[in-house]
Amino acid sequence: MSGFPILTLLTVLPLVGAAIALWSGKHARNVALVTTLASLALALVVWTWLPADGSMGMVERAAWAPSLGIEYHLGVDGLGALMLVLAAIVTLMSVDAAHRVHHQPGLYFGLVLLLESGLFGSFTALNFFHWFLFWELSLIPAFFLIRLWGGARRGPAATQFFVYTMAGSVALLVCFLAVFLSTGSMDFGHLTQMASTGALDRAVTAHLGPVTLWLAIGVLAGFAVKVPMVPFHTWLPAAYAEAPSPVTMLLTGAMSKMGVYGLLRIAIPLFGHQIAQIRTPLLVLAAVTVVMGAWAAAAQTDMKRIFAYSSVNHLGYCLLGIFAIAVPAGGAAVFASQAAALNGVILQMFNHGITAAALFWFVAMLQERTGGHRGIDDFGGLRKPAPVLAGLMGIALFSSLGLPGLNGFVGEFLIFRGVFPLAWVAATVSILGLLVTAAVILTVIQKVFTGPVAEHCVNFPDLHHGERLALAPIIGLMLLIGLLPQLIVGAVNPTVVNLLAHWRF
Amino acid sequence: MLAWTIYLSFAGALMLALLPKGKNGLARWLALAVAVGGLALAVQGFVAGMGQGRTVLVDLPWVPTMGVHFLLAADGISRVLVLLTGLAAVAGVLFSWNIELRTNEFFAFFLALIGGVYGVFLSFDLFLLFVFYEVAIVPKYFLISIWGSTRREYAAMKLALYSFVGSAMVLIGLLAAYATSGSHSTSLIALGHAGFPVSFQMWCFPLVFTGFAILAGMWPFHTWAPTGHVAAPTAASMLLAGVVMKLGAYGCLRVGIALFPHGLDPWGFSFIGVGSWRDVFAILAVVGIVYGALVALVQTDFKFVIGYSSVSHMGFVLLGLMALNQIGVTGAVLQMFSHGILAGLLFAIVGRIVYERTHTRQLAELETMHLSRRLPFAAWAFVIAGMASMGLPGFSGFVAELQVLVGAWMVKPWWTVGAGIGIVVGVAYTWRALQKAFFSDAPASAHALESEHGHEFAAITWPEVTGVTLLAGVSLFVGLYPRILLDTIEPAVKALLAGGGQ
Amino acid sequence: MNYADLFRATLPETALEIAALLVIVADLGFLRRAALKARVTVAALLGVAGCGAALWAMQFQGGCWFRLTDPAGPALLGSGGIIAVAQAGILVLTALTLLLLIDANFTRHVGEYVAVVLMAAVGGLLIAGAQDLLVIFIGLELLSLGLYILTAFAKRSGKSAEAAMKYYLFGGMAAAFLLFGFSYFYGLSGSTNLAEIQRAIAATGPSPLFYVAWILVVTGLGFKIAAVPFHLWAPDTYEGAPAPAAAFIASVSKVASFALLVSLSMGWLMPGSAAAASKDAVEGYLRGVYQTWPQLATILLVVAAASMVVGNLAALAQVSVRRLLAYSAIAHAGYMLLGIGVHSTFSGQGSALQFFAGAVNPAIRSSNAVLYYVLTYGLTTIGAFGVVAVVERATGSDRMDSFLGLHKRNPLLAAVLLVLFLSLAGIPPLVGFWAKFNLFAAVLGVSAGPVPFTLVALAVAFSAVSLYYYLQVLKRAYVMPAVDETPIKAHPVTMAVLLAIAAAVVLLGCFPALLGNWIDGLSPLR
Repeated sequence: MSGFPILTLLTVLPLVGAAIALWSGKHARNVALVTTLASLALALVVWTWLPADGSMGMVERAAWAPSLGIEYHLGVDGLGALMLVLAAIVTLMSVDAAHRVHHQPGLYFGLVLLLESGLFGSFTALNFFHWFLFWELSLIPAFFLIRLWGGARRGPAATQFFVYTMAGSVALLVCFLAVFLSTGSMDFGHLTQMASTGALDRAVTAHLGPVTLWLAIGVLAGFAVKVPMVPFHTWLPAAYAEAPSPVTMLLTGAMSKMGVYGLLRIAIPLFGHQIAQIRTPLLVLAAVTVVMGAWAAAAQTDMKRIFAYSSVNHLGYCLLGIFAIAVPAGGAAVFASQAAALNGVILQMFNHGITAAALFWFVAMLQERTGGHRGIDDFGGLRKPAPVLAGLMGIALFSSLGLPGLNGFVGEFLIFRGVFPLAWVAATVSILGLLVTAAVILTVIQKVFTGPVAEHCVNFPDLHHGERLALAPIIGLMLLIGLLPQLIVGAVNPTVVNLLAHWRF
Repeated sequence: MLAWTIYLSFAGALMLALLPKGKNGLARWLALAVAVGGLALAVQGFVAGMGQGRTVLVDLPWVPTMGVHFLLAADGISRVLVLLTGLAAVAGVLFSWNIELRTNEFFAFFLALIGGVYGVFLSFDLFLLFVFYEVAIVPKYFLISIWGSTRREYAAMKLALYSFVGSAMVLIGLLAAYATSGSHSTSLIALGHAGFPVSFQMWCFPLVFTGFAILAGMWPFHTWAPTGHVAAPTAASMLLAGVVMKLGAYGCLRVGIALFPHGLDPWGFSFIGVGSWRDVFAILAVVGIVYGALVALVQTDFKFVIGYSSVSHMGFVLLGLMALNQIGVTGAVLQMFSHGILAGLLFAIVGRIVYERTHTRQLAELETMHLSRRLPFAAWAFVIAGMASMGLPGFSGFVAELQVLVGAWMVKPWWTVGAGIGIVVGVAYTWRALQKAFFSDAPASAHALESEHGHEFAAITWPEVTGVTLLAGVSLFVGLYPRILLDTIEPAVKALLAGGGQ
Repeated sequence: MNYADLFRATLPETALEIAALLVIVADLGFLRRAALKARVTVAALLGVAGCGAALWAMQFQGGCWFRLTDPAGPALLGSGGIIAVAQAGILVLTALTLLLLIDANFTRHVGEYVAVVLMAAVGGLLIAGAQDLLVIFIGLELLSLGLYILTAFAKRSGKSAEAAMKYYLFGGMAAAFLLFGFSYFYGLSGSTNLAEIQRAIAATGPSPLFYVAWILVVTGLGFKIAAVPFHLWAPDTYEGAPAPAAAFIASVSKVASFALLVSLSMGWLMPGSAAAASKDAVEGYLRGVYQTWPQLATILLVVAAASMVVGNLAALAQVSVRRLLAYSAIAHAGYMLLGIGVHSTFSGQGSALQFFAGAVNPAIRSSNAVLYYVLTYGLTTIGAFGVVAVVERATGSDRMDSFLGLHKRNPLLAAVLLVLFLSLAGIPPLVGFWAKFNLFAAVLGVSAGPVPFTLVALAVAFSAVSLYYYLQVLKRAYVMPAVDETPIKAHPVTMAVLLAIAAAVVLLGCFPALLGNWIDGLSPLR
C-alpha cells in the first residue's frame, strides 16, 4: 500500500489511453471505455486506501526544480479521493454517451482522455506548479472539444470559454507568483500551515506591502470563473449549450468541480482570514448566484440551457456553504455548523456531478431520437411511448430538485443545516433558489413527460438494453447515496474535521 | 570534444561547397550527417559537462604580439546554447529537405553559419568571439538573398547591414577595452579581471550592449528582424530567429555584462524614473515585449506574426538579463533555449508545412482553406507550438518566463507588469493566428474550393514529422523536467554574476 | 662617399634595371617575329625573374645605409628594417602584376611595357629607401612618369589616353607642389637630408613657413595616395588604364607612398628610432612635440577623415566596378593615413608613455600596422583587378551587371571574387579584417584620447558602410539571375595567380601572425 505510486499511475493512465485512442480510428471509443473503466477501478482503490484519520494519503514526493520551489508532490485526502471517483465516473458516463462521434473519433476520445488526465492531475496535486500544469492541461482539450464537435454557434462559445478561463488562470498565476515571491514556497501544505499561524500574511506584507487581500481576491476571481460565480458566469450557458452533450457532461460534472475544489484546497486554506474579512459581499454573490441561476433557468426553453443555469444554481449552494464557513473560530456549535456545511459542500459536489451529467445524458438521448430537438416545447407526453426513459429521467430530475431520498437532497440539506446558524440572511434568500428550482424542474417534467403526446413523439423509442444497463448504476447510485449518505459522509467527515482544524479565519 | 562542433561544421560546409552540381541527394544526406554529428557532440559535451564549471577546450596562441589566443572554453551557459544550436541545425536540415535550387550551396552556407554560431558560443577570447560573430554575417546574407521569398534582396541587405553596424559598435568597444585594459590579452577571463575604470564602463557598456542587442532584436533596432525572418527560407528563419538572435543576447551577457558590470550602476541622477543604463535597457526590453506582441496582433501575413513574436520573446531575454539577479539571468538563458526551439518549430510549421502546400501566407486566404481538416498534422503541431509559445505550463517557455518575471519583479515591479501585459497580448495574437489559419469556419473561397477539388495537399513527409517531433519533444521535456537544463545553467550564471568575466 | 655602400644599398634597384634592359633586348632583339603570346610570356617571366633576383639580392644588403660622408654623415639611401619590408612588398606585388599580363591583349609593345613597369618599380624602391629630399623626388618622378606611360599604354582605347592625360596633368601639378614644399624645408634647415631637417626644426621650433611647407608636401603626397581632396584623378585612371597597369598603380605606388609617409612621420615627428634615443629624451621630445606641434597631425587627420567619408560615400553610387574600386581605394587610403597621422598626437601621458616603460614603441607599432595594411591591401587589389580583367575581357564591360551569374559562368572566379571583396570589406577570417583591426588597435595604442578614438569610430562605421557596395557586386555574382550563362574562361596562369592570392588572403587572415611576425622581426617594436 505505501510506496506504490498509485496516484501517478492514475494520472498517467488516461494519457496512455489518449495516445492509443488517437491512432485507433473507429475503435477509439472502445479504447476510451476500457481506459475509463480502468481509471474508475483505480479511483475506487484509492478511495478504499484512504487513511481513516482524514490526513493526506498515498503521498508521493520528488524534487523537480527546487530552486523555483517546484516539487512533484501528490496526495489525496477524502476530498481529493472523492473528486477522483467523481471524475472517473463522469468521464465514463461521457464516453458511454458519445456513441455517435463520426468525425475524427480518435481525436475526440484522445482529447476526452487528456481532459480526464488533467482532472486527475489537478485533484491530486499538492504543489502549485503541478496543479497549474494540469489545470491548464484540462483547458485545451475542453476548448477543442467544443470548437470542433460543437453546435452551430460553437466558435464564439468556445472562444468565450477560452478567454474567460484563461483570464482566470492569469489571475491565479499572478497571485501565486506573488505568494511564491514572498515565501519561496509553492507547496499547498506548507503554505496552509503558514497561513494558519498568520505567517503567510506577514511574509506577503513584508515583501510586497499590504496586498494579501488583493491576492485573495485575485485567487477567488480565478476560481469564480471556473465554478462559475456571478458575475463571471456568462460564458457558461453558451459553452454548455453549444458543446456536444457528452462534452457538456464533462464540463458540468467534473470541470466545474475543479473550481470548487480549488476554493477548498487553495483559496480558503491560504487566504481564509482575508476571505473572512470580505465574507459578506461574497455571501451576497453566492446568494445571487443561487437565485439568479434558478431564475434564469426558469426563463429558458432549451433544455440544455435550463440545466446549464441550473448547474449555476446548484454550484451556488457550494459557494454559499464555503463562504459561510469563513467565520473566526467559535465554540463547538459553530464548529459543528462549519463541519456540516463543509460536508454538504463536498457531498453536493459529488452529487451534482453525477446528477447533472446524467441529466445531460438524457438530453443527448432526447436529441438523438428526435433529430436534434431539445426544447421543452418540442416534446410532450413522453411518459407513454417511453416509460423507462421517463422514469429514469424523472428520478434524475427529482434528484436535481432535491427530493429527500435522492442524492441531491442530502448535500443541500447539510449545506443549509450548516449555513443557517452561520449566515441566516443568505440562507433565507437562497431558499428562494430552492423554490424556483423546484418550479423549473416540475415544469420540465410536466412539459416533456406529461400531457398529450406530441405528434412526432408517438414513435419515440424507449431506452434499449444497452442504455438501461449503462444508466442503471447511475440511477442506483443516486438512490443509494440518497438513502445511505453515510457511505460518503463517513469517509469524508474525518477529512472535513482535519481541514477545519487547519483553516484559520 | 565540443570544439569539434565548429571544425566539423566548417569542414562540412567546405565539402558541400566542393560537391559537383546535381548531386542533391548526396548533399542533403551529407548535411544531415554533419548536423547530427554536431548535435551528438553537443549532447556529449553537455552530459560530460554536468556538474563541471568552466572547462577550457583549446588554448593556442594566435597573435602573440596582441595577446590574442585561439581560446575555446565552455561553461554551463555555453553548453546549453551549443545544445540548442545542434538541435536547430538538425531541425533546419530536416525542414530544408526539399530544396532543389543550388542545394549543395544552400547547405554549405547553412553549415558555415552553424559553424560560426558554435564558434561564438564556445569562444572565450574576445577577439575570437568577434571573428566568429562576423563570420556568421555573410552566410546569412546569401541564404536569404538567394533562397528567400518576399523582398529577399532588400531584407538580406538590411539584415547584413544591421548586423554589421552592430558588430562595428562592438568592435569599437572591443578596441577601446583592449587599449584601456593595459593587459596584453584579449581573453575574456583576463579582461574580466582587468577592472576598467567606472567612467570608461559607463560609456563602453551601452555601446557594446547596444551593438549586440541590435542582433538580439532590441526595440527600436529590431526592424530588420521581421523583414528578414519573413524573407528568409524556412531553415534560415529557424536559424535566424532561433539561434542567431541568441548570439546577440549571449554577447550582451558574456561581453557586456560580464566585462563591464559597473556600466549598469546608477548614474547618480534620475530622469523620468530612469537612473541607470540598466533602467534604460530594461524599459526598452519591456517596450519590445509589448510592442512586438501588439504588432503581431494586427499582421495579415502568418509569417510576420511569428516574426514579431520573436521580437517580443527576445524582449524577455533582455529583461531577464537586466534583472541582474540569479533567477532573472537564469530565466533569460533558459528563455534563449526555449524560444530557440519554439521559434524554429513555429517557422517550420508556417514556412515549410503550410506555405509549401498552400502557397500563401495571408491569413485571410488561409481562413478559407479549412486547414484543420486538410492538414491536421500542421494544425495540431501549431496548437502545441502555439500553446508552448504562449507560455503554457508543461512546456519550456513557462518556466523561463516565470523566472524572468520573478527576477524582474525583484528589481522593479513595473517591469513585471509590463511584461505580463506582453504575455496576455501574446496569448491573443497566437490565438488569433491559430483561429484564422487553422480553425476558421469561414466559407471556402472559390480559389480554395478549386484547390480542394483539384488536388489534395502533398502528404506530410518523414523529415517534417521528425523535425516537429524533435523540437516539440524537446520543449515538452524541458518544460516538464526543467532541471535538466537549470542544473547546468544556474552554477554558471552564479559564477558569472559573482566575478566578472568568469 | 663609399661606392661600395651605394652598390649594396641599391642592389635590388640594380637587379631590376638589369632585368628591364634584358627584357627590352630580348623582346626587340630576339622575338620580333614571334607570336604575341610567346613574347608576352617571355617578357613577363623575365620581369618576374628580375623581381625574384632583386628579392634574393636584398639579403646581401646587410642593412647598409649609404651616406655622403662616413661614417655618420647625412644618409641618402637606407636599407634594411622597415625599408626592407616595403621594398620586398613592392617586388612581390610587381611580380604579381606582371603575371597578370599573361592574357592581356591591350598592346603589342610588351617588352616596353614590362620594362616601364620594372623601372617604375625601381622608382618605388628608391622612394622606400630615400633619406634625402632630392632622392625622394627622383624616385617619385621615376615612379610617376612610369605610371603615366603605363596608363596610356592601351593605344586603342580613348579612355586610356584621357585617363593618362588627367593623371599626368594632376601629377605634374602635385610634383610641383611637392618640390615647392621641399624647397621651403631646405630653406628652413639648410639641408636636404631628412635627419638634418628634423634636427634643425627641433632646435628652432616650428614657424609659419614650416606649416606652409608641410601643407605643400602633404598636397604632393596626398595626390600620390589618392587622398581627399587630391583624389580626383583616381576614378578615371582606375577606369581607363589597362587592367595590369591599374593593378600596379593601385598596389605598388601605394606601398611606396605609404613607406615614404611612414619614414617622414617617423623621421620628422619622432626621433629616428626608439633604440637610438634614451627614454627620457624621447619623453621630453614627445612632450615638446605635443605642446608645440599639434597642428602637424591635424592636417593629416583631416585628410584621413575626409578620405574615409568621401571615398565610401561616393563608392555607394558607382555602377562601374573599376570606379568602385577606385573610390574604395580612396577610403582605404584614409584608414591608412589615420595610422600615420596619429604619430604626432601623443597625449604626453597615458597609454603612450606607459608603453615606453621598456615596452612596445607605439609609433613603430602603428607604422608596422600601416605597412601590414598596405601590403595586404595591395595584394587584394591586384587580385580584384585580375578578376575584373577576366570579366571585362569576356563581357566587354566592367559594369556591375557584367558580373551577373558569375557563380555559374566560372565558379572558381566567383569564389575568388567573394574572398577578395569580403576581405576588402573587413570580414573575418580574411586578412582585410585583421589588417583593419591591427591598425585600429595600434592607433589606439599610440593615443587613446578622444580625437583618435572618434576617428577610429568613424573608420569602423564607414567600414560597415563599405560592406554595402561590396555586397552589391557579390550579389550580382551569386544571387541575381544570370542574363548570359556562357562559361567564362580564364587563362590558367591568371587563374593560378588569382587562386594563390585568394589562398594567401584566407591564410594570412587565419594566421595573421605569419606576416605580422615577419614585419615585426625586421622592424622591432622595442
